[in-house]
Amino acid sequence: MVVTDALARLGRAGLTALAGVGRAHTLLAAIIVGLPALLPRPRLLIAQIFNIGVLSVLIIAVSGLFVGMVLGLQGYYVLNQFGAEESLGVMVAASLVRELGPVVTALLVAGRAGSALTAEIGLMKATEQLSALEMMAVDPVRRVLTPRFFGGCIAMPLLAAMFSMLGVLGGWFVGVGLLGVDDGAFWSQMQSKLDFREDVINGVIKSLVFGVVVSWIALFQGYDATPTAAGVSQATTRSVVHAALAVLGLDFILTALMFGE
Amino acid sequence: MGKGVPAQFARADAQGDERLQQPGNGAGAEPLVRIRGLHFAHGGKVIFDGIDLDIQRGAVTAIMGPSGTGKTTLLKLISGQLKPNAGSIEVDGEAVHHLNRQQLCALRKRMGMLFQSGALLGDLSVFENVAFPLREHARLPESLLRRLVLMKLEAVGLRGAAALMPSQLSGGMARRVALARAVALDPMMVMYDEPFTGQDPISMGVLVQLVHQLNDAGGISSIIVSHDVPETLGIADHAYVIAEGRVMCSGTPEQVSAHADPRVRQFLDGAPDGPVHFHYPSSVPLAQDMLASGEHRGWW
Repeated sequence: MVVTDALARLGRAGLTALAGVGRAHTLLAAIIVGLPALLPRPRLLIAQIFNIGVLSVLIIAVSGLFVGMVLGLQGYYVLNQFGAEESLGVMVAASLVRELGPVVTALLVAGRAGSALTAEIGLMKATEQLSALEMMAVDPVRRVLTPRFFGGCIAMPLLAAMFSMLGVLGGWFVGVGLLGVDDGAFWSQMQSKLDFREDVINGVIKSLVFGVVVSWIALFQGYDATPTAAGVSQATTRSVVHAALAVLGLDFILTALMFGE
Repeated sequence: MGKGVPAQFARADAQGDERLQQPGNGAGAEPLVRIRGLHFAHGGKVIFDGIDLDIQRGAVTAIMGPSGTGKTTLLKLISGQLKPNAGSIEVDGEAVHHLNRQQLCALRKRMGMLFQSGALLGDLSVFENVAFPLREHARLPESLLRRLVLMKLEAVGLRGAAALMPSQLSGGMARRVALARAVALDPMMVMYDEPFTGQDPISMGVLVQLVHQLNDAGGISSIIVSHDVPETLGIADHAYVIAEGRVMCSGTPEQVSAHADPRVRQFLDGAPDGPVHFHYPSSVPLAQDMLASGEHRGWW
């Protein structure tokens, strides 16, 4: 009895999860189909790039700067043991452009903008604003979700680029400014060893993928939320947790695909 | 009649059906909304068990009943937000549940709905909320749009609040703005979902007057879903009382007010106990429940 009950519960949970995955994909398709309707109204998109991107600049800039400074400090201590402190610039830049820039930016955006998107959409559902749009013959997916989705997709690579850039500056400040690494070696090694296609473009692709995933999860959780205070709260938590796990999991897969032999 | 329906309710339904077929009740004119044999269940619970209902053109029709009887669900079914399990819903001759998305959008442009919460878009000002349907569906010059919006706001007495945000409005003001938005496209019908709930007497009086004026002056058909009996019956031309998934009674406000059925009487008179019990059914007697150990305690 206990075993069959446990199996039944497992089966129910599996079916519920599968149904959720199905709804999420259906929603993604509906969001993407709404793109042509968005193009003649760029203001809606610009407003969302502002909300997701510009309003996240402070946290991204400060985080990028400090992550770069820590990288500069730790990198110097390790490289100094082998007399290779001139390679600090390469180490800092490669770490940021390939991994930390896209990943940490995605995690921060999921926490700041993703949670806000989920709460906003969930509250719009709870306060019948989405139903009101439907009743005004306006598709809420196209009018509300599509601009937010593409706003997130566009903002993420820009924020990741800013994170990496400020991280490199932070590493330079610590390495060159405080620890005495040669300025010319810092920049020239970075320039010669960092490959634009291999490193920079792959980093941009990663942040684009993370932008899609974080925005998609945030919007789906809000749209699928139970329209109550508790429901919106749970959806917001799920949004951040699922987005963080998806970003970290996808990062491994993308890294293996991009940088594997 | 569905099985298991008490005899007095069968009589009430039959009376309602007879009335609908009387010329005086609009049988001569095609009703704006015609519902036949509507069955709808949600989450295993039967909400509607075969109801028939007509909404006449140009009239104020009240749909009343206790909380949780599916009044708002009925509006969602009429507006195509939900699909019935069986039966038909026709609005202006179109079967709502058979329309594709484009046809449904076209029909909804001719409908307005006032939500219980107002459902104003929180990031838009009062002016932009009312302008929203016009901007979405009518390509109007900005000057004309501005005049139209101000006219609608003037009609609900809130032209002076055009620049305010929804968060700065009282509940009554929010509903009046929502009403201005609902009639922005000059719809053929407006559905009101509990328009009077939670309003102070002044706001309630204003809303009652507005609904009445819009119906008379604008030639709009109105469906009011409410459990505020005196206010609703005061402006309705025709009323339905629904409960337990069925139409308990229907007719003019006078006919409904005089209805003898004990369930209708309990609802209209607001009696705390009657056919609808005050106590939620429990399988355990009170004494036994009080002496039992705390099985309902939380994990802490």
